[in-house]
Amino acid sequence: MSKHTFSIGGVHPHDSKISRECAIQPLPIAPTVYISVAQHIGAPSVPCVAVGDKVKVGQVIAQPGGFVGAFIHSSVSGTVKSIAPRADLAGRPSTHIEIAVEGDEWVDTIDRSETLVTAIPDDPKAIIDKVRLGGVVGLGGATFPTHVKLSPPPGSKCERVIINGCECEPYLTSDFRTLLEKGEQVVVGAVLLQKAMGGVPCTIAIEENKPEAIAHIREVIAKLGYKDMDVMVMKMMYPQGGEKQLIDAVMHRQVGSGALPISVGAVVQNVATALAVYDAVQKNKPIVDNSVTVTGECFPKQANLLVRVGTPLQYIIDFLGGIPADAAKVISGGPMMGRAIANLQAATVKGTGALLFLTEKQTRRAPETNCIRCGKCADACPMGLEPFLLNKLSKAQDWDACEANAAQDCIECGCCLYSCPAQIPLLDNIRVGKGAVLGAIRARAAAAKAAAEAAKK
Amino acid sequence: MSKLLVSPSPHIHSKVSTKSLMLDVVIALIPAVICSVVFYGWQELLVLGVSVASCVLLEWAITKYMLKQPSTIGDWSAVITGILLALNVPYTTPWWVIFIGAVVAIGVAKMTFGGLGQNIWNPALVGRVFLLVSFPTYMTTWNQPQGLFGVDAVSGPTPLGAIQEGLLQGASVQDLTAAYNYKDLLFANLGGSAGEVCALALLAGFVYLCCRKVIKPWITLSIFATVALTSLIFWSVDPTRFTDPLFNLLTGGLILGACFMATDYVTSPMSLWGGVIFGVGIGFLTMMIRYFGSYPEGVSFAILIMNSVVPLLNMWFKQKKFGRK
Repeated sequence: MSKHTFSIGGVHPHDSKISRECAIQPLPIAPTVYISVAQHIGAPSVPCVAVGDKVKVGQVIAQPGGFVGAFIHSSVSGTVKSIAPRADLAGRPSTHIEIAVEGDEWVDTIDRSETLVTAIPDDPKAIIDKVRLGGVVGLGGATFPTHVKLSPPPGSKCERVIINGCECEPYLTSDFRTLLEKGEQVVVGAVLLQKAMGGVPCTIAIEENKPEAIAHIREVIAKLGYKDMDVMVMKMMYPQGGEKQLIDAVMHRQVGSGALPISVGAVVQNVATALAVYDAVQKNKPIVDNSVTVTGECFPKQANLLVRVGTPLQYIIDFLGGIPADAAKVISGGPMMGRAIANLQAATVKGTGALLFLTEKQTRRAPETNCIRCGKCADACPMGLEPFLLNKLSKAQDWDACEANAAQDCIECGCCLYSCPAQIPLLDNIRVGKGAVLGAIRARAAAAKAAAEAAKK
Repeated sequence: MSKLLVSPSPHIHSKVSTKSLMLDVVIALIPAVICSVVFYGWQELLVLGVSVASCVLLEWAITKYMLKQPSTIGDWSAVITGILLALNVPYTTPWWVIFIGAVVAIGVAKMTFGGLGQNIWNPALVGRVFLLVSFPTYMTTWNQPQGLFGVDAVSGPTPLGAIQEGLLQGASVQDLTAAYNYKDLLFANLGGSAGEVCALALLAGFVYLCCRKVIKPWITLSIFATVALTSLIFWSVDPTRFTDPLFNLLTGGLILGACFMATDYVTSPMSLWGGVIFGVGIGFLTMMIRYFGSYPEGVSFAILIMNSVVPLLNMWFKQKKFGRK
C-alpha cells in the first residue's frame, strides 16, 4: 500500500482508539433537550417557534441569521418550554430552545427507511439547496455551513472533492464506525457532493490504522460502480485531517495564507458531513442527531452513540454509568484540539463528535523549564512556523514581528506544545499573538475599505 | 472527581521531556565510559567521578545560593557536561584541575548565561579549552592505556601530537603514521583523552541517539564528510606533509566532538541546512587547525568557533512555511 501524507511537520501520538469495536448505538432520547441557536460558524440562527408550540422531529425551529448561517431543526417531538440563555460547554450563556420530549413523532416528509437511494438529482443547485434546508454544517469540528462551502465565489473552480476520513485525533472512532456501518450512504453522499461541484473526481482519504474501513469503502465503490472515486490510504500522522494538510497530502497543492481551499480547486468534507448530505438530499432528513464517541481509559464503558442534538452531556454520561472518580478533565472532541468542558449541564451541538475523559495523570502539564533549542516544535509544526520564536514574540507583544513570522497561519493543532520537551506553553502564547495579528489584519482591511469609499465620494 | 480541569488544548503531551532526552544522551555515553574505564583503569573512574560530582554540585550550589532559583540538576544536563569534560581530559589529570574545569564549564559557560538552553558555547568544551590553555602540561601529557589491571604507565604523546612533533623535526607523515595501526585506533589502543580512545563505543552511542530520534545525523555526518574530503585533497597533493583521511577521522577526539559535542541542542542550529553548514564549518576548521595551527588538535576550537555563529545560522536558514513563497 502506498502511503500519502502532508509535506511539513506533524506528530505521531499514540492513537488510543480503544472504542473502535463499539458499534454505533442510539442513545435513548433525553426527557428534555436544549438546542443552541449558535452551533455553527457564522450568524446565530433566529428562533421561529414560540414557547408552548408543539414541534416534531425534523421541524425547523430556527432560521439562518445570514448567508453564513444554518437552519436548526428540532431533534425531538414535544413542547417548546423556553427560549432563553443557557450556559454552553464553556459555561458562556447563549440562546437555547428548550423542548420537553413527548413521544418520537417525525415530520412526514422524512424517509426513515433503511433503503439506499442512489438516484442522483440532475441539478447541482437542487442538491445544494437541500443541503441548506437540511441544516448541514461541517461535522469535522469547524461546523462551517456546508452549502456555503459548496457555493464557491465566482471565478473559482472546484477540481476535486476530498472526503476526510482520516480521523487523525487519538481516541475518536465515530467516523471509523460510520464508514463501516454507513459506508454506502457516505459514498452516495460523496457522489452528491461531486455532482454539486460539477461532476469533479472524488478522493476518500482514510488513515492506514483503519484497514477495515479502507477495504469496506473500496468494496462499496466497486459494488455501486462509481468510476470517478478512489480511496487513498494515508500514513498515520497528526494533523492529517486538517483541511490544508489533507489537500497537500492528496493533491500536492498548498493553500496560501488566509486563502480558502477552493483557491487551489479543493472542497473537503468530513465523513459525517457526507452522511449528513446523503440524509438531507436523499432522505429529506435534516441533522437531528450525530455520532458521538464516548471514551477514555478511565471511563468504564467505551461507546459510539447516536445522540439527538441538544442532549445534555450529563444525560449521556449517566446512561453509561456516570463519571469515573479519577476523571479530571472532560473534553469535547479529541485530546489534541478538543475543548475542555466546564459545564456538564451543557447540551450537545451538531459538531459534538466525542466526549473524552482523561485522568489528571494523563493530562497534567509538567512545570515549564528553559527552552533547550532542540527545534522539535519547528520540526512538528505542519504550517512550517517557528513556534519557539512566535512564543517569544507573543510574550513580548511584538505583533508586527508576529505577523512577519506568520503567527496568523497557525492552525492551533497543538503539535508544538505536544512535542516540547521543556513543556513550554507554546500554543497558549501563540494564540494570543495570532488573535492580535488577525485583529490587526481585519482593522487594516476595514480601514482600506473605508478609505476606498471615502475616495469614491 | 470534585472539579473539572479546564485548560486550552492540546490535552495530552508527548512522553519526551528535557530529562528523558538528557538521560538518553547519558545512556549513549555509557559504552564510551565503560570502554575508557576498562582501558585506563581506576584512575579514569576517579576522573569521571570528580568531574560529574563537581558539575552537578556546582550547578546545585549556583542555583541555590547565587541565583536563588529552583535547582535544575534534575534535568541531568550537568551530568552530561561532567561526563563529556571527563572524556576530554587525560586520565592522569589531577582532581583539582578537573574541578577548575568544572567551575569554568558550569559556572562560566553555562550558568552565567542563564543555565541550560541559554549558553552560546558548549560548556564542557569551554571547560576543556580553558584547561588546555591554562594547564598545558597536564593536558598534553598522555599516557599509553594500561587497562583496568595494568600497572606500568608509559608516558607518550597522542597520535596527532606525535605527528606534529615529528613534522617539526623533519620526518615525513608516512613514516610517522606507519607507527599506528588503524585497527588500534578504532578499538581504542592509543594515547589520548579518554573519549578519544574508543571510536566504536562512541559510534554506538551516536547510532543509539539517532535511532531514539534524540538527534539528527546531519551535523555529525557533514563533519565527517568535510574532514574526509579536506584531508583527502591535502593528502593527495602532498602525502609527506599531510595526514590521510582515515587517520584524521579516527584521531583527536573528532568522533567524540562530532557525535556528542557538535550535536548539543543548545549550541547547534535547529534547521537541517543550518546544521549542514555548521558541520561543514567544524570539519573544515578542524582540518585547518590540525594542518596549519599551532595546536595538534582542532576539534574543540572548531566547534566553539562554529557555536558562535549558530544564532546567525538560525536566522538565515528558516523552514519553508506552508503555502508561502
